[in-house]
Amino acid sequence: MGNLDFDVIGRTLPYLMQGLQYTVQLTLVAALGGTIFGTLLALARLSSFKPLALAASGYVNLMRSLPLLLVIFWFYFLVPVLVQTVMGWERPPQIGAERSAYVTFIMFQAAYYCEIMRAGIQSISTGQVGAAYAVGLTYWQAMKLIILPQAFRNMLPVLLTQTIVLFQDVSLVSLLNVTDFVGAAVKIAQRDSRVVEMYLFVAVVYFVLCYALSYLAKLLQQKIAIVH
Amino acid sequence: MKLSIFLEQIPDEGIAWWQNLASGLGWTLGTAFFAWIIAFTLGSIVGVVRTTDKHWLVRIGNAYVELFRNIPLIVQFFVWYFVVPNVIPAVKAWVIAADPTEFQFATSIVCLGLFTSARIAEQVRSGIQSLSHGQRYAGYAIGLTQAQTYRYVLLPMAYRIIIPPLTSEVMNLIKNTSVAFSIGLVELFFRTREMAEMTFRYFETFAAATLIYMVIAMSANRIMALVERRVAVPGYITGGK
Repeated sequence: MGNLDFDVIGRTLPYLMQGLQYTVQLTLVAALGGTIFGTLLALARLSSFKPLALAASGYVNLMRSLPLLLVIFWFYFLVPVLVQTVMGWERPPQIGAERSAYVTFIMFQAAYYCEIMRAGIQSISTGQVGAAYAVGLTYWQAMKLIILPQAFRNMLPVLLTQTIVLFQDVSLVSLLNVTDFVGAAVKIAQRDSRVVEMYLFVAVVYFVLCYALSYLAKLLQQKIAIVH
Repeated sequence: MKLSIFLEQIPDEGIAWWQNLASGLGWTLGTAFFAWIIAFTLGSIVGVVRTTDKHWLVRIGNAYVELFRNIPLIVQFFVWYFVVPNVIPAVKAWVIAADPTEFQFATSIVCLGLFTSARIAEQVRSGIQSLSHGQRYAGYAIGLTQAQTYRYVLLPMAYRIIIPPLTSEVMNLIKNTSVAFSIGLVELFFRTREMAEMTFRYFETFAAATLIYMVIAMSANRIMALVERRVAVPGYITGGK
């Protein structure tokens, strides 16, 4: 243990922070995209039009039964092929793992956010939907103005907790050689043979950030009383 | 689409590709099985400890759960695989003597076991806390010790109540085993990627893996539903019907 060199962290900090920036960016985009897409999925699952409900629940169950790592690799080679087909190009475009990861995490996260939003929508009494229709609102108006704001508010702590899980899950993209926070640490650990220092540093940073965020989620939970 | 690829022999290996995937599945299930034993045992102990009236024990239990919940699984794998042997000489000596596969297998079991135990501890704690205080007092009133009250009154109820979340944890554990790919364990995802890279049959290979993972998830679900029905507490609302 005598020859540890924690200065390596200071020397490579700008590079590590670049990685962390990508991690945060991917987390935020996936959380936003996933919430929007997940809410639409939840509405589809609760739809009275059976084929739509079935398709949505099929998608959600499929995503939830697969390991994230498998999904990451699926999208990594599928996204270029899909873009090629849609655009009618002759060969698949060079998209790269950094960009395909955005699609992956939005699509994967949507399945998990969908289940949360579904629980949120179902926590609102059906009388409110009836009341909205009674005053002449359309389906989309009722959802947008009455149901979804309440569902979202009730589920905010759970959504935040799921986003902390997402923040940790993003680290798996490092296995596609992407320079996220973990990816940056892996590269330096290998280049400078400083595995102990690098991986301990990454563990500590993640712990501090996630601990602070889950504390925030807990406070939020106490503050937001469930509205019935 | 070329499904016959699975029957083709792997160059210089003497087995077909499907056998290679099957061997990966074996490692996945084996790792998950042993990790579950660790996770369930440790998770139960930590979960119980967090419901006792000893404040310092509760503190330690909480710290344990926070530690394993707030660090990404892949980072935990790296810490067990790269950091631990470097800072503990006894482990290093064992690693040098051991076969690399053995070391990867042991690391994966320990890492996944502890990671999952923190999540089970959380479920066990909430299961015990969901019981009314009257049950605990009733246990004490008929002269049981605290340990006996847990053994005969609280835990038999709590375990049965938390079967649905435990089902999710079993499935999470099996899915999380794929992260052991990062340290080179030859589990199902490792074999899938290997096959895709060597045959260039990405679609077929990944579709096969997808199918296998779906079948695992569905079987785990059915088995746990069966268990849930078997042990259902009369008068409690249970799923799995």
